[in-house]
This record gives sequence, C-alpha cells and structure tokens, in this order.
Amino acid sequence: MKTIKQMEKIACVIRQDIIKMLEKAGSGHSAGSLGMADVFTALYFSGVVKHNPKKPNWSERDRIVLSNAHICPVQYAVLARAGYFPLKKLSTLRKLGSSLQGHPHKDSLAGIEASGGPIGHNTSVAVGMAYSFKMDGKRNQVYCLVGDGGQDEGQVWEANMFAAKHKLDNLTFIMDRNNIQIDGYTEDVMPLEPLRAKYEAFNWHVIDVNGHSIKAIVDAIEQAKAIYEKPVMILAHTIPGKGVNFMEWEYSWHGRTPKEQEARDALRQLRTLGGKIKSEDE
Amino acid sequence: MNKLEKKLKMVPTRNGYGEGLVELGKNNKDIVVLCADISDSTKSGMFRDAYPDRFIQTGIAEQNMMGLAVGLALTGKIPFVSTYAVFCPGLNWSQIRVNVCQNNANVKITGAHAGISVGPDGMSHQALEDMAIMRCLPGMVVLAPCDAIETKKATIAAAKYNGPVYLRFAREATPVFTTEKTPFKIGQANVLKNGSDVTIIACGPLVYKALLAAEKLKDISVRVINNHTIKPLDEKTILKAAKETGAIVTVEEHQVIGGLGSAVAEYLSKNKPVPIEMIGVQDRWGESGDPDELIEKFGMGVDSIIKAVKKVINKKI
Repeated sequence: MKTIKQMEKIACVIRQDIIKMLEKAGSGHSAGSLGMADVFTALYFSGVVKHNPKKPNWSERDRIVLSNAHICPVQYAVLARAGYFPLKKLSTLRKLGSSLQGHPHKDSLAGIEASGGPIGHNTSVAVGMAYSFKMDGKRNQVYCLVGDGGQDEGQVWEANMFAAKHKLDNLTFIMDRNNIQIDGYTEDVMPLEPLRAKYEAFNWHVIDVNGHSIKAIVDAIEQAKAIYEKPVMILAHTIPGKGVNFMEWEYSWHGRTPKEQEARDALRQLRTLGGKIKSEDE
Repeated sequence: MNKLEKKLKMVPTRNGYGEGLVELGKNNKDIVVLCADISDSTKSGMFRDAYPDRFIQTGIAEQNMMGLAVGLALTGKIPFVSTYAVFCPGLNWSQIRVNVCQNNANVKITGAHAGISVGPDGMSHQALEDMAIMRCLPGMVVLAPCDAIETKKATIAAAKYNGPVYLRFAREATPVFTTEKTPFKIGQANVLKNGSDVTIIACGPLVYKALLAAEKLKDISVRVINNHTIKPLDEKTILKAAKETGAIVTVEEHQVIGGLGSAVAEYLSKNKPVPIEMIGVQDRWGESGDPDELIEKFGMGVDSIIKAVKKVINKKI
C-alpha cells in the first residue's frame, strides 16, 4: 500500500518503462499505455484492490481484466514493478519466446487473468467472473479496463445489459476515455457521447474522474465498492500519450512506437516530469 | 447395439443433451448452463427446470454468452453454452478462438439443430460448416454423437474432460440404436460392424443410415465405424480400417470441406493413402424442405451411401 505521492512517482517510472519496452519491441501501442499509467498504478499500488504478487492465484484476489488488450505494456510494467516477475523481462516484450506477448496470454504470465486481443471480448469475460462470484456469495471484486474506441463493438453493450440485469455491484469498469482510436478522434470515427447518459440508461452507476489524478482514481474505486445494486463505470478522462509532449493528443501514436531519438527525448521529458502529473488537492 | 429393427425408438439427439445436463447437475454444483433465448429447443430448459439457480439466460446475445461462459470457467465453473449451431459457433467464433481456446478455458460449447435436417427453416439455419470451424482450433475437442443415448454419454464425458469441447446435435427425431451399455470414450471410435472390402466412417445420426446401407450391400463386406469424435481423430482405428479394407467412404451431415471426411483424408493421405468417397453436402447451400427429402436430395441417404461404396471399391488398386 503506497501513498498518493509514492504512487505518482511510481507512475512516472512506469511511463519510462513503457517507452523503453516499446522502443525495444519496435511495435505496439504507445498512447493508451502512457495514458493509463496513473489508473494502473492506482489499481495495483493503492491497496484498494486485493491482489498478491507472491501468490498470483490467491483465491481471495480481486480480478483485473484488460478488455483493451493492446495497452498491455502498461499492465506488464505495473505487474513487474509490483513484483509479479523480474523487471528484466520487460525488455523481451513481443520477442520470440517471451512471456510478454503482443497481446496478453494468460498461461504465459503470472498476473494475467484472461488472454485478450479483440477489442471488447473481455468485457463479457469480466461480467462472467462477477456473475460467478455472486452465484457463490464470494466477495471478490472484478475490475475491467475498457477503451473508448472499444465502445463501437456491439458485444460490449450485450455485456452491459447482462451486468445491469443481474445488478453486478461487484463489477467496476474503468474506461480510458482518451477520445482517440486508430483512425482518428472517437467522435469522428463513431460518436460515443453522451457516454455517461448511455451507461446510466443501461442502469449503470457512472463516476467521472480525472484519469491522471491518482487520488481521484483511488477515491472513485473506493466509491465504486460502496455502490449497491448496480455495476459501476468509472469514466477516466485521460490524455493519450500523457507525459510526452509530442505524443499527447496525437492519435497517430495510438498504434506506433518511438524510434531511438524519440525514445531518448521522451525519457528525458519523463525523467524531469517531477510532480507535474499530480492529484490537484495534494 | 440393437439390431437394425424396423421399430426403433425415435428421439432427437438434443434430448440426450438435456438428460445428460440434468444428470450432471445432480452431482456437480459447478455445472452451469447458459442459453440464448431458445432453452426449450436446445433442451437446456430441462436443466433450467431442475436447477434454476444454475441456469443463465443470456438473451439473444451469443457473443456475450461465450464470454460469460469463459468468465465462469476461469472462476471454477463448468459452463455448457447452448444455442443453435448457426449462432454458436456461427456468430461467436472469435470469442471461442480467443477467450475459450487461448485461455484453455473449461467451456463446453454445444451447437443444436446442426445439419441440413433442420429442414423447413432453410439454408440460413442449416449449420453445415460448424465442425470445420471448430476442428481447426488448437485444443478443441469436436464430438458429433449418433443418437440420443450416445449424446447423453457424450455430454457427461465432455464435463469430465478438462478443456474446450464442442458437441453438435440434430433437431429431428432419429433412431436410437445404441444402448446404455455401448461404450463411449472421447477419441475412441466404435466399430459397429466388421467387414473387409470397404469401411464406412460416419458420425451423427447418419451412422444409422450407414448401417442400413451396409446391411443392404449383401455381396460386399462393409465395415461400419461410428466416428463420434472428429477431433482428436481415432487414428489407430482408421488406419487399421484403411489397411484391412483398402477403401473408405465418409458420411457426415456437413459440408464435405473441413469436416469428418477432410479429417480422415488428411490423416490417411499421409499415412495410408486409399481411395475415399465423401458423403456430405457438396459445397453448396441447403434449402427448405422436409428433413428426409433434404437428406435424399443432398445425397446423404442410404442409396447415395450404397452408390459411394460401389464407386470407391471400383477405385481400389
């Protein structure tokens, strides 16, 4: 369990890990991975979510499932920093024989709850887990990270209806609302707004949050646990590429990686980031 | 096996599924059943009535249904997913590929109303490709039981097997010609009738038609194999048949591309090439009609099997 200040520092290190991993890998997704560094840090380091790096299959653990599986570099970096596997593994991302597959593969790596790839598929898997825990009267929480572009997928709304029907209040979705997807801005590709109203109409409880304020994120996760009779959607408003000025808001960085010089520049920015990304009321 | 009596009991294979589920549910609290709004026709309704707390109605949402099943499996349940084969695996193949198979999740996938014999509903509802798209998935077991009794056994065997399994069922009532005592083991084909001139390898309710054809072919010694497991293929039994009889006819209610016939041909072409004829739907769409009429029109009836046997024997070297 870390303090907000400690977590802000960890998130900055995570961002550097991501840049190094992606530069070495030569392919992968930069913008979303950087943008979700604060949310992932909050999930794994705040102590609110139950997990144990020494016992990854601990039966009492909460489940963290990635539905926007392409941002797995951030999860890999956080898992390594949390102690699930040695840091040196991070440099093997996407390489032959690596347990850090291009999209997460459950049986390859401790801490991965479900293999993923196609956008939106794992929303249903997370809902199934939450339903299963309810059936058994267990108290495990299920967290599912979803992308905003992923809301284009019809399956997501099938899953949303099911979760609301069964009042799965042990289920929290956290959306990376960064407004970009591969071909452009979400509102140009396929308008999503009003997202909050959509989820409310589907009988979900919705919390809007600044996705770069670790304190606000932790508060929202705590609040979500206290909501009864409804699944919770935390709309985490994030900046794609957050922390690297030439990546921020640039949808072209959704699916590309930094070249050597760009990586050097990005790392220099991140090293001097200091407390620039912080919770306002700290 | 019962003798080929004229008056065999007629029961749809899907009923065996329902009975199997109810029996499984009795002793194993981890068994859960999901269905997408057609629980009476898939016979998953029998489980729903017996154990309502473990039945999950998903609405008409087959992609979500498959993902839910995976979530349930990854938390220790043994989910059976039920709907028509045209929808599952027809609509949710990606969820099966990534969420079921790439997690090696313990999900049992069932496709009801498979084959052309679904009849009047026509081509959109006649699943003739399901075994092909399931057989190509690494780690997937593919079962096509031949009658209601065997389907019940296959359902129970699927639950005991740890890993993804696909089972296909038919809509129509078909002869029940196996008995409670007939052995059933995943991956082990049953030789129903011995013979030395030619072997018919069949799956699903058409196995019975293969037996009728063999009986009519009095001058030819026909071996008949009930190959209920399309994957993993019982290579030993098939190799033996190819060596001893030198000619093979495959029989399935499925496209000839990608199903049982393909599986047998893939194996034998590498290990014991012999002439093969394939009974099945010949790369075309079905149409509305009476099930029996359709089986005849699309060349899967007894007469077609007899013709194929004669043809393949003439090709023997």
